[in-house]
Amino acid sequence: MKNIFYQIFHSQKFVAGFSILMIILLILFIYPLIFPGDPLQMIGLSSFSKPGIYVSVYDAIDSEPSTMKLPDADVKRLMKKLSNEDRLAMKEWLVATGTPEDVIDILDTDGLLKLWKDSYDPSLKPEGMTLAKRNYYKRLNASLEKAFDYSRIIIATKDEETGELNEEKTVSSNDYININDVANVVYLPLGTDNFGADVAKKLVSAAKTSIMIGLIAGSIATFIGLTFGLLAGYVGGIVDDFIMFITNLFTVIPGFILLILISYGIDQDKRGAAVVALVIGVTSWTWTARSVRSQVLSLRNRDHVNLSKLSGHGLARIILTDILPYIASYVVMALILQISTAILAEAQLSMLGLGPKTTERPTLGLMMNWAMLYSAHTHGYWWAYFPVLLFIALISFSLNLMNTGLDQVFNPTLRD
Amino acid sequence: MSSNKTHHGPVCLSGRGVTKVYGFGSRKTVAVDHVDFDFYEGEIVSIVGESGSGKTTLAKMLLGLTSVTEGQIYYQGKPRDIRTRKKKKEYWTNVQAIFQDPFSSFNVFSKIDTVLLDCINMRGGRHLPRDKKIELMTEACSFVNLKFEELTNKYPFELSGGQMQRLMIARIFLLKPKVLLADEPTSMIDACSRATILDMLMNLRKETGMTIIFITHDIGLAYYVSDSVYIMEQGKIVEYGSADEVILNPKTYNTKRLISDVPKIYEVWDLSTV
Amino acid sequence: MGKTILEVKDLTTKYITRFREDVYAVDHVSLSLEEGKSLGIAGESGCGKSTLALSLMGYYFPPLHYVSGEIIIDGKNISKMDPDTIRKNILGKEIAYIPQAAMNALNPTQRIISFIEDVIHAHYPEMSRKEIYESARKRFEELNLSPAVLEKYPVELSGGMKQRTVIAISTILSPKVLIADEPSSALDVTSQKMVIRMLKNLMEKGYIKSMIFITHELPLLYNVTDDIMVMYAGQIVEKSTAKDMIFDPIHPYSKGLMGSIIVPEAGARNTKLTAIPGTPPNLKKPPAGCRFAERCKYAFNECKANAVGLKDFDEGRSYRCLIDSARLREVYKNEQQ
Repeated sequence: MKNIFYQIFHSQKFVAGFSILMIILLILFIYPLIFPGDPLQMIGLSSFSKPGIYVSVYDAIDSEPSTMKLPDADVKRLMKKLSNEDRLAMKEWLVATGTPEDVIDILDTDGLLKLWKDSYDPSLKPEGMTLAKRNYYKRLNASLEKAFDYSRIIIATKDEETGELNEEKTVSSNDYININDVANVVYLPLGTDNFGADVAKKLVSAAKTSIMIGLIAGSIATFIGLTFGLLAGYVGGIVDDFIMFITNLFTVIPGFILLILISYGIDQDKRGAAVVALVIGVTSWTWTARSVRSQVLSLRNRDHVNLSKLSGHGLARIILTDILPYIASYVVMALILQISTAILAEAQLSMLGLGPKTTERPTLGLMMNWAMLYSAHTHGYWWAYFPVLLFIALISFSLNLMNTGLDQVFNPTLRD
Repeated sequence: MSSNKTHHGPVCLSGRGVTKVYGFGSRKTVAVDHVDFDFYEGEIVSIVGESGSGKTTLAKMLLGLTSVTEGQIYYQGKPRDIRTRKKKKEYWTNVQAIFQDPFSSFNVFSKIDTVLLDCINMRGGRHLPRDKKIELMTEACSFVNLKFEELTNKYPFELSGGQMQRLMIARIFLLKPKVLLADEPTSMIDACSRATILDMLMNLRKETGMTIIFITHDIGLAYYVSDSVYIMEQGKIVEYGSADEVILNPKTYNTKRLISDVPKIYEVWDLSTV
Repeated sequence: MGKTILEVKDLTTKYITRFREDVYAVDHVSLSLEEGKSLGIAGESGCGKSTLALSLMGYYFPPLHYVSGEIIIDGKNISKMDPDTIRKNILGKEIAYIPQAAMNALNPTQRIISFIEDVIHAHYPEMSRKEIYESARKRFEELNLSPAVLEKYPVELSGGMKQRTVIAISTILSPKVLIADEPSSALDVTSQKMVIRMLKNLMEKGYIKSMIFITHELPLLYNVTDDIMVMYAGQIVEKSTAKDMIFDPIHPYSKGLMGSIIVPEAGARNTKLTAIPGTPPNLKKPPAGCRFAERCKYAFNECKANAVGLKDFDEGRSYRCLIDSARLREVYKNEQQ
C-alpha cells in the first residue's frame, strides 16, 4: 500500500495534475476570505466594466491633492487619448494629404502629433472622404487640442435662483491624490459581467459549485456503474443479461440527448445544482458499468476467487474482498474521469440553458451561458468568458493528467 | 515412492458420462466428452493430457466450480448434490484443491493469517479460543517447513513461489479433506522445489489417507507419483489403468505419442517421430 | 578438436537496480565453444543463466551493464565494440538470440516474409525482394517448414509453429552462434519436440556453427547438448559433458539439481527425488565464501570463509568446491545405499 502511494507520487504526470488541482482548490478557498461578499451582488449599474481598480471620482475630487510635476505626464495623457484606431485614422489622413507613407510611424506618438499639427487643415477635402469621416477628424483634432491645452479644470456649483456659477474647486493637470485617501475604491480584477457582478468573485463561487456538481455526479455515476458492473460480471447469467440490456439501452441513446431531455423535463424552478448533478450522474454510468463488468469477468475465473469459493465464502464477501480490491485502482481512475466529464457536461447543459436555475448560485456553465447571451464574445468582453473557459479547461486538464499518471502506475506496460 | 496397490478401497469419487459443453449453436465446443471414471479412496490418480485436452475443465467440475452439462458425478457412492450453498460448503470441506499458479492463487490483499483462519473456521473451529487457533496454524506451518511467527501480518506476495505453494499445502493440512485435486501444483515452480512439494503432499496423504487427484501435463511426474493414470485427449479419456501398465505398456496411439514426446535419459529419445 | 567459435574470458556483468545497487548476475564466467558443439546451461531460476545469455551478445541496455571480461566470436573481440556496431554487424550475422517468449515478439500486422525481408535487407541491401523470397523459401523447406508460412500473419500460426518460425527468421543469416533461452518451455511437449528437432537440424545442416541452450529442464538438456554447465548465483559451479553431468554430478548443487529429474521410464519410479533446501543468496551482498555453502549439507567452516575457484578434474571437467571429487563421489555412493 505504502509502495503504491510512493509510486503514485513519483509519477510526474499525476503530481503535475494534482498540483494544478490543489492550486485551483486553494484559490477557491482563499479568495473568498480575502474578498468577502455575495458573488451575485450587482455592484455595477453598467454591464461589462473592464477589469481594473475603480476609484470613485466624487471622492477623488474631494480629497486633498498634492502637486507633482512628472516629466512624461503630458505624453502619457496623450497616449491614453490616442487609441490604435485613432492613430490608424490619422495615418490615413496624412497619407491622403500627401505625406509619404514610410515617414509615418504610428507607434511614435510625438512624431505623429508633430506631423498631424503640421498638415491638418479642416478646410481640406481629400478625395473620396465622406462628410462623416471629415467630422470625425474634426472631433479628433478638437480632443487633441484640448489635450494640449494645459489650463485647469474648474468645478463649479450652480446657484438655483440666479443661475450663476460659483467656483468651488479647481483641478490642475499637476494634481495628484493618494489612492488611500479615496474613500471608495473597488478592485475588479476580472471586471464585471452583464449583471454588473464581480466576475472574479462569481468565478470562484461558480468553480466551487461546478466541482461539487462534478463530485456528486461522478460519485453517483461510479457507484451505479460499479454496482451494476460487479453484479453483471460476477453473478452472470440472467442478471448479467438484464443489466447489460439496460446498459445497452442507455448506451444506444446518445447520453447527451438523454441529459437534455431529462433536464428539459424538470421545471426550471426545481432545477438546483444538486438536481443537475443527479441528472448527470444517472445518465453517465454506462461505460463504467461496462468496463467494470469486463474486468470482473476476467477476475472471476482467477484462482484466488476459486480458492475463496472453496473456503466457503459467500457472494458478498467474495465481491468485497476478492474482486473489489483488485479493481479499486481502476475504479478510482474511472471516478476521476467521471468527475471531469460531469463538469464538462454541466457546462454544456448550462450553455444550452438547461443548467441549474440562474438566481441561486452561479456555475461555470451558467457564466458561459450569460456571457454568450449578452454577446460578450462579439464585443470583446473577454473577461466575462475567457477566465471561465480557462478554469473549466484547467480543472479538466488536471483531472485527466492525474488519471493518466495513475494509469501508468497501475498498468506497468504503459510506463515509458 | 508409492506402492502399486492391486486391491482398491471403496470408490470415493466417480463419474458417468460427465460432459461439459461451452457455448451453443455453431460456437459449441465440447470440453469434456462423456467421461467415465472411478477414483478410489486413498489412491493417487493422475489425469494426464496436453493443454486443451479438457483436464482442467474436468477438475473444475469435480470441484463444483463449474456446472456439469450432462452426466453425473458421484461422491462416496451417492449422486453429488451441491445445489445449495450449505451443501456446497459441506462438499468443499471434503473436496479441496491446490492450483497451478501460486502467485495468482492467493488474494494479494488478504494477510496469510486470514487465509489460514478461514480454513480453521471452515472445519468448525470458529469458536475455538485464540491460543488454540494459533497453535493449529503453527502446527500447519511447521508441517510445510514454514515458521508461522514469520508469516503473521505478512501478505502472500512477500513469499517465493515455492513458499506460497507450501502455504497452500498448509491450508490443506488444516482442512484435512477426503479428496485433494492438485492442478499442476509443481509446474510453475522451480524444479528444485518440486521435490519438496511432492514430498509434503505424500506425507500429508500418509497422515490423512486422502485421495489425491493430480492434474498434469507432465507424464513423467504422473508416472512418478501415481497409482493409476488417466490419459485425456480432446475431452475424452483414451486410456487408463495402473501407472506401470499405462506408462510402460501404452496401448493407444495417443499415450504412445505423449510418452515419446518427452525427453528421456535412460533410453534414446527418438526425434524422428513428430 | 574443432575450431573455437566462441570464447568468453572472465565475463562479468551487473544490473543496476532502481535504488542504485549493483547486482553481479554474471560473475567471472569463462567458457569456450567449438565448431559443431552445443553447450547447455542449467540452474534454478534466478541463478543468472538468462542474464548470461543476454551478456554473451555484447549488446547491453539498462539495467544491464558490462563490467569486465572478453567475448571473442570467431577471432573477433566484440566486448569492446560500441552498441551500434554490434547491432549492425554482429547480431543476427555472428550471433543470434532467441528469448523465452520469442513467439510473442512478432508484430501481428506483418506477414512472416516481411520480417525476413527486414532482417536480410539490413545486412544485404542489394538483394531484391524476389531473391530474398527465394532464399527464405529454400531455407524453410530445408527446415521442414512449409513455405506457405511465409505468406501468413503471425496470428494464423499455432504457438509451436510461431516459435519455429521465429527460430528460422533469426537464423536466416546463418549466424555462427545461436543462443536459445528456454525456446520450448512455453510449448506443449509435441511442439517442444519439433522445436528441438529443428535446432538439431540447423546444427547438422551447418546453418549455425554452435549453440548455447538454456533451460531448467535437465532431460531436455541431456538430449540436446554435448556439454552442460551448471550455474549458481552468477557463477559456474560445474562443467562436464552432458552424460557425465546427468549420471555423475560432482558438485553438491549439481547433485541436488539432478535429483529433481523425473522421466517416464522404467526405473525412474524407484529413484528418490531430492530437494535442495533454502533459497539462493541475495546477489546484492553475495557471501564471501562458497556461495552454495549456506544450503550445502557437506559444508564445513572453511567453505563459508574462503572463495572457491574452479578446479579441473577427470578429463575436461571442472567444478567449484573445496571437497575432493573422489571424496564427493564416495559420499554420494554411500548415501545411495
